Amino acid sequence: MTEIVMSQTPPILHGPSEKERKYDRQLRLWAASGQAALESANLLLVNSGAGTVGAETLKNLVLPGIGRFAIYDEARVQEADMGVNFFLDDSCLGQSRSQSLTELITELNPDVQGAWYPNEGVQTLDSLLADSPVFTAILYTHPIRPDQLSQLEAYGQQHKTPLVAIHSAGLYSYFQINLPGAFPIVDTHPDETATTDLRLLNPWPELVAFAEGLTKDIDGLDNFEHGHLPYVVILLHYLEQWKAANDGNYPTTYKEKTDFRKVVQAAARTDIPEGGEENFDEAAAAVLKTLAPPSLPSGLKEVFEYEHSDPVEQRSGFWLIADAVKQFYEKHQCLPLPGKLPDMKAQSKVYIQLQGIYKAKARKDAAEILQIVQAAPGGERVDPAEVDLFCKNAAFVKLINATGGGGGANSSGSNKISRADRLKSAAALEFANDETAALTLAPLSLMPIYLALQATSHAVDEPLAADAILAAVAEQVPGAEQYERVVQAAREVERAAGGELHNVSALTGGMVAQELIKIVTKQYIPIDNTCVYDGIAARCQVLRL
Amino acid sequence: MTPTDVHPASEPARWVYLDRIRTRPGPFTNPDVFSPEAVAAAMETMKILVIGAGGLGCEILKNLALSGFKDIHVIDMDTIDISNLNRQFLFRQADVSKYKAEVAARFVEKRVKGVHITPHNCKIQDFDDDFYMQFQLVVCGLDSIEARRWINATLVNMVDEDVEDSYKPLIDGGTEGFKGQARVILPTVTSCIECQLDMHAPRAAVPLCTLASIPRQPEHCVEWAHVIAWDQAKPFPQLDKDDPEHITWLYQRALERAAEFNIPGVTYSLTQGVVKNIIPAIAATNSVIAAACCNEALKIASSTAPSLGLPEENYMMYSGNDSIYTYTFKHEKKDDCPVCGQVARALDVDRAWTLRELVDSFAARPEAQLKKPSVRAEGRTLYMQSPPSLEAQTRLNLDRTLVELGLEEGEEIAVTDPAFATVTFKFKLKFKQ
Repeated sequence: MTEIVMSQTPPILHGPSEKERKYDRQLRLWAASGQAALESANLLLVNSGAGTVGAETLKNLVLPGIGRFAIYDEARVQEADMGVNFFLDDSCLGQSRSQSLTELITELNPDVQGAWYPNEGVQTLDSLLADSPVFTAILYTHPIRPDQLSQLEAYGQQHKTPLVAIHSAGLYSYFQINLPGAFPIVDTHPDETATTDLRLLNPWPELVAFAEGLTKDIDGLDNFEHGHLPYVVILLHYLEQWKAANDGNYPTTYKEKTDFRKVVQAAARTDIPEGGEENFDEAAAAVLKTLAPPSLPSGLKEVFEYEHSDPVEQRSGFWLIADAVKQFYEKHQCLPLPGKLPDMKAQSKVYIQLQGIYKAKARKDAAEILQIVQAAPGGERVDPAEVDLFCKNAAFVKLINATGGGGGANSSGSNKISRADRLKSAAALEFANDETAALTLAPLSLMPIYLALQATSHAVDEPLAADAILAAVAEQVPGAEQYERVVQAAREVERAAGGELHNVSALTGGMVAQELIKIVTKQYIPIDNTCVYDGIAARCQVLRL
Repeated sequence: MTPTDVHPASEPARWVYLDRIRTRPGPFTNPDVFSPEAVAAAMETMKILVIGAGGLGCEILKNLALSGFKDIHVIDMDTIDISNLNRQFLFRQADVSKYKAEVAARFVEKRVKGVHITPHNCKIQDFDDDFYMQFQLVVCGLDSIEARRWINATLVNMVDEDVEDSYKPLIDGGTEGFKGQARVILPTVTSCIECQLDMHAPRAAVPLCTLASIPRQPEHCVEWAHVIAWDQAKPFPQLDKDDPEHITWLYQRALERAAEFNIPGVTYSLTQGVVKNIIPAIAATNSVIAAACCNEALKIASSTAPSLGLPEENYMMYSGNDSIYTYTFKHEKKDDCPVCGQVARALDVDRAWTLRELVDSFAARPEAQLKKPSVRAEGRTLYMQSPPSLEAQTRLNLDRTLVELGLEEGEEIAVTDPAFATVTFKFKLKFKQ
């Protein structure tokens, strides 16, 4: 209980700082740790094409206070830019688009540094990449010149920099994230309701003793005490009774659990003025949700089974802790306890005691894992706070891009499928699903939109007609050009002729900014790895390509 | 297709990307309603109303200006606060405490040549039907359910079957953190905001006895300071939730309460969050949802592609917490919707309830959410919140049970609330067994 007492020492009573006030609404989502990560990030936008989707993305990152950004854009501002891009005005006509955009975007937040290229000192993308400090992530917009794309991909591989490709044309868009390797996230922010782990089927001695102490004379309790037993204690008590009557077995099947629920419901006192007891209602409602034997969630299983190809990666804090948690799991057949107790009807003192028991057990588990970590080579450098965070979130840890090579054209390695083959098999699967969509009521695949847009990835000089788009699709995914929906998508892409619609670019820029925030803060779960948007049907689909 | 197919706006070079889409048919364009040569001119004269100039509103104004709308009005009664600056990108530090509608309108007019934006620094309730009748489209970016319900009821009531212009499509967006939704309402034709009310259930209130005697969570300590300690001490004449001094007072009381019960976790930020019911908000999500709304506005105004609400899917849910997930579906119109439906809605009640219990229950019911309900039954008034004389006369009924008041199974009651002056919520009593 020391921790609780410590935290009760009076904090300094000052209000929030100016910065905390400005960023209040976002600090509630990613906390000071996420904000610090954002503020130390350095992004590059390689802007081409109609140029709006990149500007909209940056707007959404500059406002929350990304550290710095650079725009590389060879275009001069034209009349057509004014009808689609909010961060250009009439005074910019004929000027360098990167300079004009940078000036009007940095105006959004004085905390953020912006730079623009090409300029007198740095004239090509190649020299910018060679001379700059390493970028946290690089965004580029389509259509892009193939030679520039190759430079970016080479840079991404060399520096392990995430690359994000964005393509917005007419009523369609997609973006694709190419992460340099497996990308683990610990702070995934699962739904509150999903995180309850009460260990009712494998309680530890302190919890058992506490529950027994409160329920040894359960029928002799006065109505107030009976009506304020925490539901955890109620369930533990009647589970013991159930076991005694059922050869030492817990209720496991659905039928047994609903029978057990009836036992709990029947134990509530009804001969009182309220006619029932809220805590027993809570207990009954918790039966199906919380009576689950410990199991290994799929996300963590993937982490446990991950095979490293990079020895440097293997010695990082995350993987050392993951390995320790795996050993813990193998030894105890359960994960470290997160230690969070949901609110429940109870007297304050009893609830705080119970909360303390859960917290103490969580600390004990975390200490054991820290010990394993520190015994491993390199483990002494691991921050104990990182171990705590992992233990609290263990059930929700997630590995993105686990099989590697997502998105990149140059993904290598003998056991990895090439990107071209992956696109073919993904397309085949999507088209097969569409055959049965009428029966399954599933929405139709947005793969046709991706194929049609992607066919114009390098149409820098001339927009492509539908025929040319379909011919390019046929080269990538033979046969796809026959599908009616692919033909329609090609015609819709032809209609845009490489032009952006502001709304579609603003929407896409919003999604890309969300994803970059997730990647930079390592919080929430990024897409894996391509998101396609259909502005006609008003929906998205995430594909792994 | 060649560029000559394009039917341009008045400044063709500037709007070339937009004109390619809005004046040329695509594979999904309905040729029966699409008139390419008239689109640009029609949109230039169309009047469109934006409600809210906050996180969504700033985005909506920018998006509409860059979608070819030229005559935009915007209503917002609020002034700019420093905590708006992380996402409301038309405002700068120097604009703090100026009117949002005013600053936003001037900024977009200055940036986008040829657009005219009329700001209204007031409440939506300050205008009557004549005002709303002048618009062809309404786009809402609000954080208040009550304001949404008000404008929804107003637009539904304005519909006159014989007057085509009386149908005003309502496009509504909302966000919370990484999540949001965009929906299109065609008054009386599709499901309306009132039909969809149960999708936005109010957060369950903490029972008073928990606050008063058995707090367990830091939130309970804050609510105790807010609901109980403030009323007892009255440190300032009126609680101003935006005044740091007031919040600090509540924070200190909450800390004392927490210390007394050994409850960890009370912070200034938590205090402010609970008292003001702060919903986390970021630029990125506003960008997604506002653009989803304005994309529908462009499609409705130009018929260049099918829009939501015509006639199938009318609602897009968006979630960005775990990957990206959208669910676009048809929310069905409800026959017993108190605003656009024809029949009274069934209301489960307990025959032993007093009228007070019935009246209080309307606030928490997800499908009603009425804070100051007045209740009438056939031919008699049961309880009226105002005027004071009538309130005094009917107050005695509050402690009588439904049976004592002569209410019967299947009887219809009519409920009104000052927040929705034009609406009568009709319910049919259904006694629990």
